[in-house]
Amino acid sequence: MIRQLFSGLVLASLATVAHAAFDVDQLMGELARHKGGRAKFVEKRTLAVLDRPIIATGEMTYTAPDRLEKRTLTPQPETMLLDKDRLSLERGKRKLSIKLSSQPEARAFVDSIRSMLSGNRAALEQSYALQLSGNGDDWVLTLSPSEPKIAALLQRITVSGAKDQIRSIEYLLADGDRSELTIEPLERQ
Amino acid sequence: MSRSAGRTFLLWLLAMLAGAAIVWNSRFSADISFFLPVRPSAEQQVLVDQLKEGAVSRLLMLAVEGGDATQRAELSRALRNRLAATPEFVTAQNGDAGSQDAEREFLVRHRYLLSPSVTSERFSEAGLQAAVANSIDLLASPAGLLLKPLLTRDPTGELVELLGGLNAGAEPASRAGVWVSRDGERALLLVQTRALGSDTDGQEEAIALIREQFAAAARSVGLGTLKLQLSGPGLFAVKARATIKREVTRLSLISLTAIVAVLLFVYRSPRLLLLSLLPVASGALAGIVAVSLTYGTVFGITVGFGSALIGEAVDYAIYFLVQSGKLGMDAWRQRYWPTIRLGVLTSVFGFGALIFSGFPGLAQLGLYTLAGVLTAALVTRFVLPRLAGSAFDVRVPQRAGSILGGALRHARTLRWPVIALAFAATGYLVAQRDALWLPNLSALSTASAEDAALDARLRADLGAPDSRYLAVVTAPDREAALAAAERAGQRLDRLVADGVIGGYDSPARFLPSAATQAARRDSLPSAAELRPRLRAALVDSPLSAGKLEPFIADVEAARRQPLLGRQDLDGTGLALAVDSLLLHGPSGWSVLLPLRPAGGEHGVDLPLGAVRTALAGSGALFLDMKGEFDALYGDYLGEAAWLSAAGFAAIAALLAFTLRSPRRLAGVLLPLVLSVAIVIAGLHLAGERLHLLHLVGMLLIVAVGSNYALFFDRIAGGGTLDASTLMSMAMAATTTVIGFGTLALSSVPVLHAIGATVGPGVLLALLLSAVFASREDAR
Repeated sequence: MIRQLFSGLVLASLATVAHAAFDVDQLMGELARHKGGRAKFVEKRTLAVLDRPIIATGEMTYTAPDRLEKRTLTPQPETMLLDKDRLSLERGKRKLSIKLSSQPEARAFVDSIRSMLSGNRAALEQSYALQLSGNGDDWVLTLSPSEPKIAALLQRITVSGAKDQIRSIEYLLADGDRSELTIEPLERQ
Repeated sequence: MSRSAGRTFLLWLLAMLAGAAIVWNSRFSADISFFLPVRPSAEQQVLVDQLKEGAVSRLLMLAVEGGDATQRAELSRALRNRLAATPEFVTAQNGDAGSQDAEREFLVRHRYLLSPSVTSERFSEAGLQAAVANSIDLLASPAGLLLKPLLTRDPTGELVELLGGLNAGAEPASRAGVWVSRDGERALLLVQTRALGSDTDGQEEAIALIREQFAAAARSVGLGTLKLQLSGPGLFAVKARATIKREVTRLSLISLTAIVAVLLFVYRSPRLLLLSLLPVASGALAGIVAVSLTYGTVFGITVGFGSALIGEAVDYAIYFLVQSGKLGMDAWRQRYWPTIRLGVLTSVFGFGALIFSGFPGLAQLGLYTLAGVLTAALVTRFVLPRLAGSAFDVRVPQRAGSILGGALRHARTLRWPVIALAFAATGYLVAQRDALWLPNLSALSTASAEDAALDARLRADLGAPDSRYLAVVTAPDREAALAAAERAGQRLDRLVADGVIGGYDSPARFLPSAATQAARRDSLPSAAELRPRLRAALVDSPLSAGKLEPFIADVEAARRQPLLGRQDLDGTGLALAVDSLLLHGPSGWSVLLPLRPAGGEHGVDLPLGAVRTALAGSGALFLDMKGEFDALYGDYLGEAAWLSAAGFAAIAALLAFTLRSPRRLAGVLLPLVLSVAIVIAGLHLAGERLHLLHLVGMLLIVAVGSNYALFFDRIAGGGTLDASTLMSMAMAATTTVIGFGTLALSSVPVLHAIGATVGPGVLLALLLSAVFASREDAR
């Protein structure tokens, strides 16, 4: 009786292991194999202060491991370039350039998407607790900020995708406002 | 002592007492004005004002070292809070987010008076529609999240407009909430003292206070092992003064001790020693009196030059005491005084040439030594003989006489080797002529290499402004100055838009002129006008007009707000920004507009021509501070070369007039010129970094060295050099070499350069004069 119960427990635990076979390391490994490409994006922001969501569209280009360009085309052309340690924003004649290492909070916030793309688990875990659900063909990774300064701005980031392709990223801000980024790949390198 | 001797002594004593009284009341200074031009151009005046009173001259950079990042941040905060509460400091910043809330709050509260886009068009229906649409678009951008909290108060995005003009890249790195160095290993603070940069006492107190507060803060948070590093113009001034003070005492003491030892060794009589020092003391006193009366302020470095003056001024007494003993007073006057007098005159001509320098330090050194030498000679000639009486006789040891005589007879054999050496030296100098002189003023700085390195590191870590490029506008009052700054700013805006410059700072950004503020305030609509306009403008917008009551309230408040004055900035870092750029001088107000290069492919240099053209006619002066510094040193160097040539020509003319023989003139000048060539070539070969004081030293080798060359000329003139003359010359040259040689030990570059040039130069001048003196008559 006791033996049966015991083996049952062992089997049950084995089953759990089998079920969780798709783990964070595996996902990161998949993502790291993705060497870059071009994608269309639609970004929908839902803000309490606005009567309806605002939508931005454009293209993103990622080149492994550390260059991400986000080119917004509507409603206003704007370019955001994240290259190694430098974040540059260009909007009309305005240019802004920030060194990320000098702004750890901004880094954690802006860099999360790039760390995801490059499958850099260590970088993500510096600022977030990771929780993965689903399987390799349809996964959802939830990032919960572990640093109080980021948590003051952001409740969580939810990333979903299939295999090595990220499909959407949702930012849920501390005040309940949301930003949803949907990604549709155009070509891969 | 006879009655007439007593009277002479009394007169001398009275003169000395009067001199001492003047010296007692003199102002001594060890600050940077030693190097700053006496007759500055308009551009140089900006440089001078910046160095003496500019905000940059009042900044001290602090770094907290040791421990871990959290500990450093904790101590940084504790130190900042203490310093911010101390009246000796205008501001203390450490990048703490909390410490910047005051600035943000100020900008938000006064945005409608500060934002350049506030016009009546912006508050028309179309203007509001465009501005709000733009803000909503901005919300969709990554930067939008930071603006969201303010949207209902600032839907037209005035804060964005304000921040857009600021230099976002210049902030230092930040860790654990405070500024840190690029490697993250030091927490950084930036402190502005209330004391001016030129107030060395004030700077010294401020620095002591910072160290005290650091120690107290470290104790209070229990982090006693962390260390403080500090740098800035104030620290350099304090250290330079301490160095000069220490050196004045040390050098004078070394020089005096060595010279006293020589004199005692020869005279073996304390009385003769005291008599010898009488002209020296008179000369040193007269030098300071002359400088104090002429310039009002005596530089510490000038007093430091006293060590050389002692060596030179004691010569006359040596000649008198050694030479006149056997001859008697009258015969000495007849035989030797004319030669000595001529030597005094060549020295006077040499040092006198420096008085015309626009480099104040050099002019002071010239006047100090000229007055000192002249006084020492006069006291020797007119006071010393009466006090000495006739009861002295310096015995010239038989052996010394015969050794010196023998050496002189054999010196001639060295002629050809000396000429060969001089040829080699001249050839070397000609070959190296383009690389001989250091092209910048930094060679004259007393700062040690470690201090300069620490300063450069902290400056780079903090991104502290080096203010290389400045546009300067001046006006009689503050309002006019701010208005002029706004006009110049409009021209600079165009350059920014065209990408010619990266940006610029202006005090008018945080403190616009009253006229501009009033125009902005007048363009704001009342709540009754604004509400319907907003409703019409936002009919199709995702942002409904109903949510914008906070905006309407803020605009209404801004309409009733008094105009901003300078005192409204108090308590924010913006006060520092405005004060450092808006200066009140004796001749009115001036505004500095530091320009930043565009960077990228344009590099770090500004296109000077394009900026000058853009500013032409605006009344703004545009200058490149580094260029001004280099030009200033270039001016000094050119002038020193010119003065040295003129001094040399004057000495040559004096000698030609007195000696009335080209052959004798050549006999005196040749050894001097060869000495100059050999010494300069030798110094350069030895790796000495030659600068303008070495150049001046060349003139002084001729001026001082001629004193000894002239005695050898007595041979050419048909005279002889007996044992006592030779010994007096040897003694006099020894004391002079000791005096200047001591300066070579100095760590103050100005003093070291003169010492290292003139000390060996004089010795060589004596030896070469002996080598070239005619042998036939040298018995």
